[in-house]
Parts: sequence; structure tokens; C-alpha cells
Amino acid sequence: MGKSKTVLSTAEVRHIAKLANLELTDKELARLQKQLSDTVDFISKIDELDIKNIEPTSQTTGLENVFREDTVRESLSQQKALANAKSQYKGFFKVKAIFEEE
Amino acid sequence: MSMDFIDLTIQRAIEGLNKKEFSSTELTKYYLTRIKKFDDKIHAFLTICEDTSLKQAKQADDQIAKGINKPLLGIPMAIKDLFSTKDIRTTAGSKIIDNYIPPYNATAVKRLIESGAVIIGKTNQDAWGHGSSGENTDTIPARNPYDLDRVPGGSSSGSAAAVSSNMCLAATGTDTGSSIRLPAAYCNLVGIKPTYGRVSRFGIIAMASSFDSIGHITKTVHDCALIYEITAGRDSYDATTPDIPVPKYTSTLGKNIKGLKIGLPKEYFNAEGFDPKVKAITLTAIKKIEELGAHIQEISLPHTDYAMACYYILVPSEISSNLARFDGIRYGHERKTFGDEAKRRIMLGTHTLSSGYYGAYYLKASKVRTLIKKDFEDAFKNVDVIIGPSSPIPPFKIGEKTDNPVQMYLMDIFTCPVNIAGIPAINVPCGFTDGLPAGLQIIGPQFKEERLFEVAYAYEQKTEWYKQKPKL
Repeated sequence: MGKSKTVLSTAEVRHIAKLANLELTDKELARLQKQLSDTVDFISKIDELDIKNIEPTSQTTGLENVFREDTVRESLSQQKALANAKSQYKGFFKVKAIFEEE
Repeated sequence: MSMDFIDLTIQRAIEGLNKKEFSSTELTKYYLTRIKKFDDKIHAFLTICEDTSLKQAKQADDQIAKGINKPLLGIPMAIKDLFSTKDIRTTAGSKIIDNYIPPYNATAVKRLIESGAVIIGKTNQDAWGHGSSGENTDTIPARNPYDLDRVPGGSSSGSAAAVSSNMCLAATGTDTGSSIRLPAAYCNLVGIKPTYGRVSRFGIIAMASSFDSIGHITKTVHDCALIYEITAGRDSYDATTPDIPVPKYTSTLGKNIKGLKIGLPKEYFNAEGFDPKVKAITLTAIKKIEELGAHIQEISLPHTDYAMACYYILVPSEISSNLARFDGIRYGHERKTFGDEAKRRIMLGTHTLSSGYYGAYYLKASKVRTLIKKDFEDAFKNVDVIIGPSSPIPPFKIGEKTDNPVQMYLMDIFTCPVNIAGIPAINVPCGFTDGLPAGLQIIGPQFKEERLFEVAYAYEQKTEWYKQKPKL
């Protein structure tokens, strides 16, 4: 495989920022474009390995299907759950509108 | 005060409290005074719990007077700021949740409090655990008590700096790639990175959920084992904690290690960038362990070279997912408040998980993870523990590596593979190079922490590096 230097375009970095829900300044975009390109180069090292017939590992201790009884247990009160929220309305979290009216 | 608190360990403090040589209130006041005196230059603490710690100390004194017995009764401890503490501000070292007051305790914190520990404050750290130096805190970076121009190691930077500069008897930490072992090594302390799932992650602000291991930093191996008996074990709030009995780790300390088989990975000892002086004291330490009767042999962990690439795909991916929840709605501020390193890791992880790239990165790296895990499983068929350094270089100067993330990532080449494999490891102090501490890393198979404590204890008793203190 050729070892050409990876370069993420400004458009690609903007797209990633949008997916990540991050507002970035132009200065941050420029810095991240360079740093992400370097890091993508670095992590591409795994392409050297033949891993076709290897199973992926997502859980190291091998536990699966851990269940518990479906019983009600102590939880936070509404008041406590809301205690750190800046914007509230009648016992609910208040968020910005997602859909704008035409 | 008849005795000098500077040489106290938890073990010695419990004895003193029970014999009424001093009270928990006196002890707590002593540490609060030390914090006030020295933390302006160390920056170990983000929050100091003066009133509540003195209340807890008073309660502990009342209980001691009544003859009540708890394993940590009256012992002042600090808590890394990634651990949720009920009614005590918990910032994760970040600005975006710098006003967050958790309504509940992390399970590990709950268990420590129930065992009688006094919570003296919350410690500084790389924000969210993203770092190896402590410099990625969104506040002022903590300093190494052995040289104030140098880093204390991270991400549990404040925890190590606080214990090392004698502002508390022990502190909690988390280790996703090196974050307990590295600061313990850089500050002449003992630090345990548990088997994944051995200690509950409930209430710990998540970094990378399939890696995060919840441990602590102490002055001695005994103290480390003692706290581990309390925090380890099944928790119904964390489904990844298996129902495996927790041994009484302190009871096997002092066991003879004659005949124990120890593996030295050739990939670690031949690694480029392994500082010659650090390498020399690592080999001297191994010689000492050999003198105690252990058999040393060379082993191979053939996929070591791929570990950092694997780590820097899987971990940022999990980070981007975990940090997606910080939106300023339920707590904290807007997402633009994230610091540079958090933004960088969110961006990288978002890229590696995004449509069209998942197969090329996350899935592939998960397969490489299988190979790295198998390297260790194969090695443990022939040896009981593996030994290497915790860091290839001594503590470096603040600002020396901040411009180059990839170089900073290479700090962790001997520690990250352990998290990839989900196995346990301990750092034990092994001497100094030019006045700066170095640490020996002992790695074991899953759920065999007692073996790590036994080897570390045998070495510690022979060398007693923990008796060396920084001059503040």
C-alpha cells in the first residue's frame, strides 16, 4: 500500500464538526485539519495487519446478557434531576425548538 | 502532636487512631493546613471540602471512641474529579460542567464513605481523563512535587500530586490508558489499574466505556490492597462487574515469591525511545526481584507495535459517543465550551465512527484488539506476571510536548496495551533518575490482582523507595 500523507479537506473537517455538533472557529478548524490528518496517518498503521479471519473484541471479560429483576428501585426525584438545569419549565427540561415554523 | 504525620501511611494512621495517639480531626486539620500552605504551587485540588471533611472527621472520632471498627475510619482521602460526589462539585477537570453538583455518589465513593473515609477534596486532572501529563486540564495544570517545572503525569495528575506532597493519605484515580500508573510512577507512589469490570464504573464520568478502570493511588502496596478490598466487587448499577468473589488482598502480602515466573517483553525493552537511565533502573529493579527468588525470562508480545494505533481508534470513538451527552441542557454549558483536547478527540472519534469509515477503523481496530489480548493470554501460559516500565521516559517539563499530540500519545506505549486487553497492572516505585521518580509496572492475568500485590509488596519491602519524600 502506498504511504501518501493523508490530508482531510476543510470541507471534510467541517462535515465532521457538524456530525459532532461542535461549532468551531476558523482557527480551530485549521488546527484540527492538520492534527486530524496527522493522527489519521498514525492510526492507519493497523492496515498492515491481516485481520480478515479475526473476530472483533468489544468486551474484554466475556460477560454477556447480564440481566436483573425488573423491579422498581430508588431513583432521583424530579426536583433533584432538574437541579443542575439552567432552563426549566413546569418540572421539565426546556430546550430550544428543533423545528422552525415557516 | 507527638509524631510526624509526614511519614504516615494508611496502615500506620489506623494504628495511631485506634491507640488514640491522634484524632481524625487532628489528622484532617493537618492535611487541610498542608493544602493551604502548598497547593498554590502544586495545584493538586479543584475543590477543597473543608467543612464537610471536618464534620466527617468528627463523626469518625465519635465512632472510634465507641469502639466501632471500619477499614478506613477517619482516613483523609482525595477523590479525582471524574468521580461523582453527592453535593460536592464535580467538574471532570473541564469548564463545560464547572458548576455541576451531582445528586448522587459514584459506587466507589459510596463504598469509601461507608468504610469511614474522610473526603478532603476533589483533585485536578486532564479534562475528562484526556491526557498523560495533567496539562489538558481546563484550569491550571498540577505540578510534580519533585520538580515544580515538570508534570506529575496524568490524567490523575492532582491525585498523585496530592498524595506525593502529603495533602492526604490516598486518592482515587481512573485509568483508561495510563492515567493511574503514569502519575503514580512520576510521583514515587503505588497505583493500581484494575482488571476491567473489577471496580464499578457507576457514577464515574465516562471516557471510553470498554476501557475505563477505576483504581487509586497510595504511598504503599499495603494501602493499595486495603482500598481495593473495599472498592472491588459486583455492583448492580454496572452490568460489566462480574460476580467473582473479592479476595482479602492484604492477607497474602508477604508471601514468598520464590519460583514465580516473570516475563520481560522484548518489544518493551528493545523499544525506541526508552530512556537509557530509566531502562537501567528498571533492569536493576528486575534484578532485585530475581534475588527474591523469581525466575526471569524473555517473552514476546508480537502486536505491541500496533497497540497505539488500535488505542487511538477505539478510545476516541468511545469518547465521541460518551461526550455527545454534554449539551448544556440537563447540566453544564454549551458544547463550544469544550477544551482543545476534548474537541480533538470528539472530532477524531466522530470521523472514525462516521458512515463509510466504521469498517475501516472501529471494526478493524476491534479485531486488532483481539490480537493484542491474545498476545497477553499466550504469554500468561508461560509466565505468572509480566514486568516493564510504567513510562519510557522520566517526568518531562510542562509545555515540552503539548504542541505534538502524536508524540504525547507515544508516552503510553507500555501502558495502553494493558487497557486494550482488560487486564490488571500495578505501578510500584523503583528509584530515581536525576532526582526524578520512576516506576515499575507489574502486569497480570484478568482478576489475578493478588499476584500483583504480592510481587509489588516483596519488592517494596526490599527497597522502600516510598520512604523518599519531595522537598516542598
